Amino acid sequence: MMAEATNDPIQTSVPCGAPVIGSPAIRTEGLGKTFTLHLQNAARIPVLRGVELSVHPGECVALAGPSGAGKSTLMRCLYGNYAAGEGRILLRHQGAEIDLATADPRLVRAVRRDTLGYVSQFLRVIPRVPTLDIVAEPLLARGTPREEARARASTLLARLNLPTALHALPPATFSGGEQQRVNLARGFAPHYPVLLLDEPTASLDAGNREVVVALIEEAKRAGAAIIGIFHDTEVRDRVADRLFEVLPLPDDAPMNPAKDAA
Amino acid sequence: MSAEAGYNFGYLDENTKRMIRRALLKAVAVPGHQVPFGSREMPLPYGWGTGGIQVTASVIGPDDTLKVIDQGADDTTNAVSIRRFFARVAGVATTERTGEATVIQTRHRIPETPLREGQILVYQVPMPEPLFRLEPRVAETKRMHALADYGLMHVKLYEDIARHGHVAISYNYPVMVADRYLMSPSPIPAFDNPKLHRMPALQLFGAGREKRIYAVPPYTDVRSLDFEDHPFRPVRADAPCALCGSRESYLDEVVTDDRGGRMFVCSDTDYCNTRQAAATQEAAE
Amino acid sequence: MSDAPLLEARGLSLRYGPIAALDEVGIEIHPGEVVAIVGESGSGKTTLLRVLSGLLRPEAGSVTYRDPEGTPHAVHSMGEAALRRLHRSDWGFVHQNPRDGLRMGVSAGGNIGERLMATGARHYGGLRAAATEWLQRVEIDPSRIDTLPGKFSGGMQQRLQIARTLVTHPRLVFMDEPTGGLDVSVQARLLDLLRTLVAELGLAVLLVTHDIAAARLLAHRLLVMRHGKVVEQGLTDRVLDDPQHEYTQLLVASVLAA
Repeated sequence: MMAEATNDPIQTSVPCGAPVIGSPAIRTEGLGKTFTLHLQNAARIPVLRGVELSVHPGECVALAGPSGAGKSTLMRCLYGNYAAGEGRILLRHQGAEIDLATADPRLVRAVRRDTLGYVSQFLRVIPRVPTLDIVAEPLLARGTPREEARARASTLLARLNLPTALHALPPATFSGGEQQRVNLARGFAPHYPVLLLDEPTASLDAGNREVVVALIEEAKRAGAAIIGIFHDTEVRDRVADRLFEVLPLPDDAPMNPAKDAA
Repeated sequence: MSAEAGYNFGYLDENTKRMIRRALLKAVAVPGHQVPFGSREMPLPYGWGTGGIQVTASVIGPDDTLKVIDQGADDTTNAVSIRRFFARVAGVATTERTGEATVIQTRHRIPETPLREGQILVYQVPMPEPLFRLEPRVAETKRMHALADYGLMHVKLYEDIARHGHVAISYNYPVMVADRYLMSPSPIPAFDNPKLHRMPALQLFGAGREKRIYAVPPYTDVRSLDFEDHPFRPVRADAPCALCGSRESYLDEVVTDDRGGRMFVCSDTDYCNTRQAAATQEAAE
Repeated sequence: MSDAPLLEARGLSLRYGPIAALDEVGIEIHPGEVVAIVGESGSGKTTLLRVLSGLLRPEAGSVTYRDPEGTPHAVHSMGEAALRRLHRSDWGFVHQNPRDGLRMGVSAGGNIGERLMATGARHYGGLRAAATEWLQRVEIDPSRIDTLPGKFSGGMQQRLQIARTLVTHPRLVFMDEPTGGLDVSVQARLLDLLRTLVAELGLAVLLVTHDIAAARLLAHRLLVMRHGKVVEQGLTDRVLDDPQHEYTQLLVASVLAA
């Protein structure tokens, strides 16, 4: 859409002083995203433009900005859940750098299995699958032996104060907070090199917030690159090394498909 | 004996016999495979052996000696009629002795006396298709034969064992011929199945109504289908023959009165008579 | 990951009179991959499944299957005997209506044993053991082993069909609306069962469905078909959460959020 995307002043990186060494675990180059709503007269909604984000191993970056600015959209793009409209998403996977924006679906699956974790706000419940198996599943997918995977899942769930009696139950009937803890356990269990956290403490009490803060700190120390959206500014300030501002695109952004047709 | 005037030798015209012989040659060349043929109207009803008679008529020569059995017996109406028929239209010699016959036409049995090279056993077959109760579509059964796709037949055996503890097929027990074609041995008792295997005599099968001919050449492998842990077992009534005392032969159950009295006797009358005569002679010596 | 596709189709076209059932369709499926084909009735998805599995011949295009040794075979010129062998060993087909995939006159155990017997199993005890194990895996009480499928509920029949298909550990399974005729409560159980079995056995699955939720739960990758064309394809959650094509957006918007 915009050739001078790199000079776009709208999105800025605000360093908070964390030392940066080596090459980033994940970085974007000119990432842009526009939704085209075919059912609404092909209306085009530009959400992201020229995003230049770079996160190193051991670093936690918090996305900041008003709601509706596109923080969640950026997260979903980084996970490959939304198609990147333009630009590149470069990720270190199995020792090589790959572009998630153009990777074929099988490579995206491999990246999600081995490299890239995502804790969404809501748990997508699979009917009949017990909590313990939901948490153990990503470990099993990478070939962790069943007993070890279940043990790790169990330990993590216990740490997140989910009573053992609940481990054997499917989480469909759990409270929002309980489901979120299941989701967190599932996200933290495999020790992904890159971890995306979308409001990980939204429905947690103070005690469990502390557990999540500790988990994030441990993951950072283990070398994980973490990108998060934290509405809880106290948690954010404790875990984030710096903020990355995502601001709404100005209204003068092209809305009419005819105008920017290449 | 000479043939009655007015009939071609063996009743059928020469072109028909030639056509049937071609079918027989093909059947011998592809053991167990059903070959279609132009079955003719015969002077007896379907089910009385029209297929067997046409095969016999096509292979029999003036020097042959014919034996005909029905359920093992030479003296039943059907056997007597067919024997008399060939005596009239071909003028061939007939016999009741298995060892003396060169061509034996049979319904429902294989003689107890082992057959030898040079003999021909002609079976009357009511339904040549072994799969017909399992697969109603004729085209599909043909495809199954073409592809040797016989899992379904084993499913039937499996079902029998699951339901009855054993394979509940006492007649027309399906066989594999030369490891290739699944074949109906005609409604002979399963007890006779082992006699099909590597028999020195030529075995020809004729189904008149269904217009099919098939064959088992001499010394061909014929295996009764079974499972490794449920091997095929030929069964017979657990009794000696009341007349000759045989414990090896296949027995018929004969009801002797209205009060439930019964006896078991050999179904093969020639075999039984021969043994009785030998026993009498032994006793006399 | 870099391995060659198990099944690969290029330029498939087939017309029914003036209607293009398939219009230049290409697809590939890799070992262990679950691919769903979604679209409305008449979009050509069932035709595609039949063409890919060799049951229907396309007017143009090719379908190639790679056997376990890596040798490619052109599905539509391999001959009926070879295709049948494939269908009863390496491949499986799960029909929407279990009656199309089961022998209704044969017991549950016999149904499960048929593919084993067709591929040479001749040990009754072994067949019983396999049938018992598979009944358990599909959550049917093994004491029903000698029951005719007609006595089973629709959900049980479908699970029996799945057991019957998977017993020979096929590499590639074609499924045509496997949850189609079932009650919603029964569907969930079947989907979960399929999900588990597919993962455990590392099956490649080509699933035709109009049930978006089923596709999301089972499929790694999604193809959206309309009027015989693949209008959009990609990672399942990407296609469903960020549909690009007008028709996919309509399809996703029409689904009630669960």
